Amino acid sequence: MYKGIAASRGIGIGKAFVVKEKTDTTVYREKKIPDTEVDNEITRFTKAVEATDIYYDQVAEKSKDVLSESEQQVFQAYKLVLKDPIFKDMVTGSIRDELLCAEGAVIKSVELTKSMFLALNDEYMRQRADDIDNVGKQILISLTGSQSTDLSMLTEDSIIIAEDLTPADTVSMNRKFVKGFAVEKGGETSHTAIIARTMEIPALVGCGDKIRDISHGDTLIIDGQEGILIAKPTPDELKNYLEKQKQYLEELEKIKALKNEPGRTLDGKNVHLVGNIAKPEEAKEVLEKGGDGIGLFRTEFLYLNRKELPSEEDQFKAYKEVAEVMKDRPCIIRTLDIGGDKQSALINMPKEDNPFMGYRAIRICLKEKEMFKTQLRAILRASAYGNLKIMFPMISCLEELRAAKEILNEAKAELDEKNIPYNRDIQVGIMIEIPSAAMAADILAQEADFFSIGTNDLCQYTLAVDRMNENISSLYNPLNIGVLRLIKRVIDCAHEFGIMVGMCGEMASNPEYTSLLLGLGLDEFSMVPASIPHVKQAVRNTTYDDAVNLAEEILSVNESDKIKTILRGKLNAH
Amino acid sequence: MLTKTFVLQCPVGLHARPASILISEAEKFKSDISIKYNSKEVSLKSIIGVMTLGIKTNESFELIVQGEDEEQAMARLEIFFNEEIKDL
Repeated sequence: MYKGIAASRGIGIGKAFVVKEKTDTTVYREKKIPDTEVDNEITRFTKAVEATDIYYDQVAEKSKDVLSESEQQVFQAYKLVLKDPIFKDMVTGSIRDELLCAEGAVIKSVELTKSMFLALNDEYMRQRADDIDNVGKQILISLTGSQSTDLSMLTEDSIIIAEDLTPADTVSMNRKFVKGFAVEKGGETSHTAIIARTMEIPALVGCGDKIRDISHGDTLIIDGQEGILIAKPTPDELKNYLEKQKQYLEELEKIKALKNEPGRTLDGKNVHLVGNIAKPEEAKEVLEKGGDGIGLFRTEFLYLNRKELPSEEDQFKAYKEVAEVMKDRPCIIRTLDIGGDKQSALINMPKEDNPFMGYRAIRICLKEKEMFKTQLRAILRASAYGNLKIMFPMISCLEELRAAKEILNEAKAELDEKNIPYNRDIQVGIMIEIPSAAMAADILAQEADFFSIGTNDLCQYTLAVDRMNENISSLYNPLNIGVLRLIKRVIDCAHEFGIMVGMCGEMASNPEYTSLLLGLGLDEFSMVPASIPHVKQAVRNTTYDDAVNLAEEILSVNESDKIKTILRGKLNAH
Repeated sequence: MLTKTFVLQCPVGLHARPASILISEAEKFKSDISIKYNSKEVSLKSIIGVMTLGIKTNESFELIVQGEDEEQAMARLEIFFNEEIKDL
């Protein structure tokens, strides 16, 4: 059995299709040529570059139906690298001066170029080393005349085993027969992982080189839920997994069919299932997935990648568009949450050692008052066209909420002066994502109309864990008993003062946590639209009473590790 | 020969997309165009050279243009670095 990072759900069964570099390049590495052959080798290299160039054009053409525009741009970048004068000089230099054969010169130059990228102190640039590798491999394929493993030739249900898949591989493969991927490299957001999720087939990434033991044609089972790969399964394992696969597919059909059903527990408690969006056009997706509204409309897109601050008119149009799509369904618009990992060239944000604890979100807005007021006026004006609510991010104390509301009142007065209509009773809520706000929830609940718990930041601040830091990412656990107690406190305080409490962090989108959160009393779950049907299914599978009992049981556990086991146990019992 | 100092204003740094567009713009001129940063100078013909300079957002660098159409080239790239790059 092999383990990897579970990157895409589902269970796949098929024959191993091992993508190998057919050329064993080590024989070329040091291969020398007589100096009479120098010109000939350079010509071979030039021709291989031309052939590769044509190959990329063909793949780019084929990719139009399958890849997004930004993914297609990969091929343009490959072509620039291919024809890069520095790279060309390195290769021809190695042929001429070191008398390496063309293949050896390409291998050496690729390694040199990769090391230039790897030397940069920038994760993005380091990942570009893989691009250089891809281009180098393609040139070698042309040079040696070997075919790259052709994934369009699949003829039976297959699970692809590879070091990694390039966009060219995923474009050319015959999708009818691809039942899963398992690759050595990559993380949850690598190309292979994204393609697998788009194709709705299971995938494991980051499996390491252990999977090289797998032979072409071995029967494989891939479980994209548990992150495991079984080679040459026993008849029992196979039978077991065929059953699991059948269940999974039936489940998936059922889940998709839930679109028009309400998010209601078996004993009739209604739960709001709503979407997180980052652009107006995503509102339609929420409706398509059967969402009841929008729990988080991020407004940063208006402020990023542009030359000047967005005008009131531009913002008004964007908010109005969403209001009109959602009609009377509620839509919570979060005011600007910039800073932290999201920088904008438009706002003066000095470099900080610790941006997550720095000048960000409401802290910037309270200082850049006119900018903030422009956004508030735009939201107010759009509130005449639908059911909009306003939410302030990163509130840490009552004074900040009051200061923000004060500016909102000024914005209202300005609209009144001009007789511009807006919803006078627009609700104003806050994100609860700072532990101090969670502890002071009873105070804040008396002056806010609703809460939305942002679990990503609340976890990171409560646990003092940066989950991007690989050394400690295992400590990032939303089921930590301290985090759960804070969540419970926030929900209880909200209900004590009769206000609605939702959650818009990733925790809300994971069906494993649904009954626990329901049992804690959460009123609204806000998540990426694609997760809505899965969470709806989880809501519809439980009774509210059971959920409350589960929450009580879990809150009495002392060790955070055990909580996961209990949750898993409940889930499998259904 | 013309030289001019700029500050990198694209939000993500000189990544693949801005670098690709810069190189295709530079290609349209006959002049030799290069970028100097941290006392290292590279030709704008090479995406590998430009990207591995590792210029970060808000850092300054020098643009050097030499050739018969140097004025037009500098004028064009000024617009690129002062305006267009902010949207990339």
